[in-house]
Amino acid sequence: MNLDLILGILQIVLIATTPLVFAGIGELVTEKSGVLNLGVEGMMLVGAVSAFIILVITGSYFLAFFVSILSGIIMSGLFAFLVLFLMSNQIATGLALTIFGIGLSSMLGKQYIGTPIDGLSPWFFVIFSFLIVFLVSYFFYKTKAGLILRAVGESHNSAHALGYSVIKIRFLSILFGGSMCALAGSYISICYAPMWQEGMTAGRGWIALALVVFATWKPERVLIGAYIFGGVTILQMNLQALGLRFPGQFFSMAPYVATIIVLVLISSNKLRIKLSAPASLTIPFYKGR
Amino acid sequence: MEKMNSLFPSIVSRPQNSGLMNFFVPIISIVLTLITGSIIFVLLGFDPVYALYTFFISPISSTYGISELFVKATPLALIAIGLSYCFKNNIYNIGAEGQLTMGAIFGGGIGILFHDTNAFWLLPLMIFAGAIGGALWGLIPAILKTKFNTNEILTSLMLVYVALFILDYLVVGPWKDPFGYSFPKSRPFSESGRMPLLFDGLRVHFGLIITLFLILVSWFIFSKTIFGFQLKVSGYSPKAARYAGFNQTTLVFFAFAICGAFAGIAGLAEVSGPIGLLYRDISPNYGFTAIIVAFLGRLHPIGIIFASLVIALTYLGAEDAQLFLQIPSAVGFIFQGLVLFYLLGAELLINYKLTYKKLL
Repeated sequence: MNLDLILGILQIVLIATTPLVFAGIGELVTEKSGVLNLGVEGMMLVGAVSAFIILVITGSYFLAFFVSILSGIIMSGLFAFLVLFLMSNQIATGLALTIFGIGLSSMLGKQYIGTPIDGLSPWFFVIFSFLIVFLVSYFFYKTKAGLILRAVGESHNSAHALGYSVIKIRFLSILFGGSMCALAGSYISICYAPMWQEGMTAGRGWIALALVVFATWKPERVLIGAYIFGGVTILQMNLQALGLRFPGQFFSMAPYVATIIVLVLISSNKLRIKLSAPASLTIPFYKGR
Repeated sequence: MEKMNSLFPSIVSRPQNSGLMNFFVPIISIVLTLITGSIIFVLLGFDPVYALYTFFISPISSTYGISELFVKATPLALIAIGLSYCFKNNIYNIGAEGQLTMGAIFGGGIGILFHDTNAFWLLPLMIFAGAIGGALWGLIPAILKTKFNTNEILTSLMLVYVALFILDYLVVGPWKDPFGYSFPKSRPFSESGRMPLLFDGLRVHFGLIITLFLILVSWFIFSKTIFGFQLKVSGYSPKAARYAGFNQTTLVFFAFAICGAFAGIAGLAEVSGPIGLLYRDISPNYGFTAIIVAFLGRLHPIGIIFASLVIALTYLGAEDAQLFLQIPSAVGFIFQGLVLFYLLGAELLINYKLTYKKLL
């Protein structure tokens, strides 16, 4: 084992893990406010395709990321409207968002499959992903606004009684989650694998959801979890490339199996999950009596 | 704020769910989807009447088209009725696609093993194996949920990817057709391993009869048995169910096993019906789309039959739209997502009513 090889693998792991960090931390903020958004995969795909299309049309990286984040805000805004104002079932609405996002992204991106673009260097985003995790952590545990957000997620009735607008805080948290998911998607289609392909996020949105449980709703632990999953993904790719006499499909399923195993290990401690999950998660807030 | 309330309707909780709205909400959501759909078609630069005709009328304006509608509706309805066992009890099994795949693998495996046998017992054995395969795959999240407190949404979904990779491994590896020129597909099943066709020259097959039978059985279970009652009660109020002494663990196991078995049979019916062998892409997301069918049908057997036909039409319409209007067939998923959005939004009308406060 020489140093160059180790550094090379470390680089690939950093690049591959970054989108998981973005999507995971976005979803964590949403869930901390008491809302479960299962639409992560759909928002990532729409974010990925909109960034790609804008880049092809305008050639501007800034516009590409800007429009992509805007798309995430619109998608999550739709979700927020349904779950906050129409008090719809959060789980079903999130699933609808994912199905809608899969359809919308493949329809919009149909004519862009195979279009070549110049990829952007990922390093700015890799550093930004670490920064955002620490910013969110600081926000939660060192600022008053963060404390209010957590209070809304724990007990919306108490927060409401204290005079905080539950709906407004949840709305903003959902929008933050949406924009982070779209950023993760645009990173994938512009930096990680500069191209557009239907369903190219390949289940990363669902892994991001699992990450939040793994992290027991603590921001820094999203980083740890993301790097475990990123490491497993890169490891299986490298082992596959070595051409071992073992079918490649069994390596490809490794990240998904690893997700299940990790979830089981974390969740089997019932008390820990009960203590760390936001107490109002998935419960709609209804002001009337 | 108080003055605003007089202009806008305020939302008041209903003491009891509105039965009338329960019936109208799915219809409202379908109408709203059609309106949104025509707006999308206009934005894409099509004549909305022609586009809607191509999407929703022309696919079923022939006998063949109606047969195709039932071919697509069969797996959707069967999986959706299976999902009702889970959803009624607030168990979110969203991995039916994986259970379908595992059913196709188990049942199809029997079909490949007996590829040169023609006997009356072959198809029943394949159906049985399909049900077992799906049920076993469904029991994994059930065990993880009850024994290890693990969220079933995420585990059942992860198992979809695992099942698809197993199928991929089998059809490019050990089960590859030795005469298949290295295409990723298995041997064809023998003639008696195929679902009998109901009419000559049409693809609608015996799977439809199985589906209708299982829907009838489920209707009986939901409305006439203690098990159905327990499912419903623990869905409405887990606390009441615990107080009444219902065993939640047993309910979770049964719900997952039944749903998995139904999805497995649907998978087997796909491969032994229209397809006739195993290959990579056996299902165009039936397992996920059935979630929409279950909600649109309001978890009611009759509702699910109608919902499966409506959603099956979006599959056919999307194919025709691609053929005649050059609209990517993914537009079908957009319609499916939209109908679910509208449905979930309009559900407000079932549990709440809108009232206008009197102006002073």
